[in-house]
Amino acid sequence: MARPGALVTCSMASVSDNVMKFFRSSSNQAAGSSVPQKLTRRSSGMGEVSRLLNSQEGLCVLDMGSTSANNIRFFTGKGHKNYSEDLLRSSLDPALRIQDAAGNSVLDSKKFLDENLKYANAHFDVVLCWNLPDYMEESLVKPTIDRLWSVMKPGGYLLAFFHTREAGPDSTCYRYHVTGTDMLEMQEVKFAPPGRPASEKQSPRLQRVFNNRHIENLFRDFASIKFFLARDAIREVLVVR
Amino acid sequence: MDAPVTGEGAHIGKSVVIKGELSGSEDLYVDGSVEGKIELRNHSLTVGPNGIVKADVSAKAVVIQGKFDGSVNASERVELRKSAVVTGDVTTQRIAIEEGAFLKGKVDVQREAGKAAPASS
Repeated sequence: MARPGALVTCSMASVSDNVMKFFRSSSNQAAGSSVPQKLTRRSSGMGEVSRLLNSQEGLCVLDMGSTSANNIRFFTGKGHKNYSEDLLRSSLDPALRIQDAAGNSVLDSKKFLDENLKYANAHFDVVLCWNLPDYMEESLVKPTIDRLWSVMKPGGYLLAFFHTREAGPDSTCYRYHVTGTDMLEMQEVKFAPPGRPASEKQSPRLQRVFNNRHIENLFRDFASIKFFLARDAIREVLVVR
Repeated sequence: MDAPVTGEGAHIGKSVVIKGELSGSEDLYVDGSVEGKIELRNHSLTVGPNGIVKADVSAKAVVIQGKFDGSVNASERVELRKSAVVTGDVTTQRIAIEEGAFLKGKVDVQREAGKAAPASS
């Protein structure tokens, strides 16, 4: 699947060079930064997910963002089970880097899925992908979505956010805290590249921009897909397994 | 609980490595390495900032500041401090998670009879 803005790996690039491509080129902005600012946004997709969460108890919810006390409180407070798995952070593990036949440094998607998303088939009622597909390295995106299809129950909801073409490569990577039925708090995500001190934390870089056809292809095995266009250059996508 | 419990309870220092089954009737502070099973029933376990615990734990309260891999069953509460790196499932009545803590696993908050079960940051 050809995607505009896709990350192309240079054959002579070292492992550390490739890992650094996940981050913004300027580290100065991260150095000495204070507490990340939190913004709020209304989410139509989250509103639909909340309707499901409010109608039943004991659902299994997979949150694929950074660990969030807010989200755990929101979901467990409604009597659901919360599963946390920060796949973007896991995908930055340098141990996943291997060399392909041409000597290029690539991510080992098989090893990645051996170590992550290890759940029984048809386990989850709700999966919150947030903006993971936009920031995860391309070779992992489709295998991850395929695995999610397997671990979701038929009829389960998956919510994902995709940037529109108006978003530039330096679009801030946010984590999302659920603060109400259709309200989210956004907080900038920063990671220290592997082997670097915490003082060098940087925001992950937008890897690509999916168009509607790419998104439909990505979720072609799912039963239905619904788009919500927001004002902040984000398309919310609600997919039913 | 940023510092070890003083005066009362057992303390496993950071140079100590234990493999096996631990059980007791007093609070336990682990700043070393423990692999196996920990059962404290009506007492609390604290994993210190240097602690590395790979175990299934059953206790009244569990506070984690270090690395933990296994399952936690706390009858009262669980606290994950900002330096906590936890892989495993947590079952408890109340959970508090500090900004910066890492959790990979399930949280199942079991409600007390007649009460809602809060999780706080």
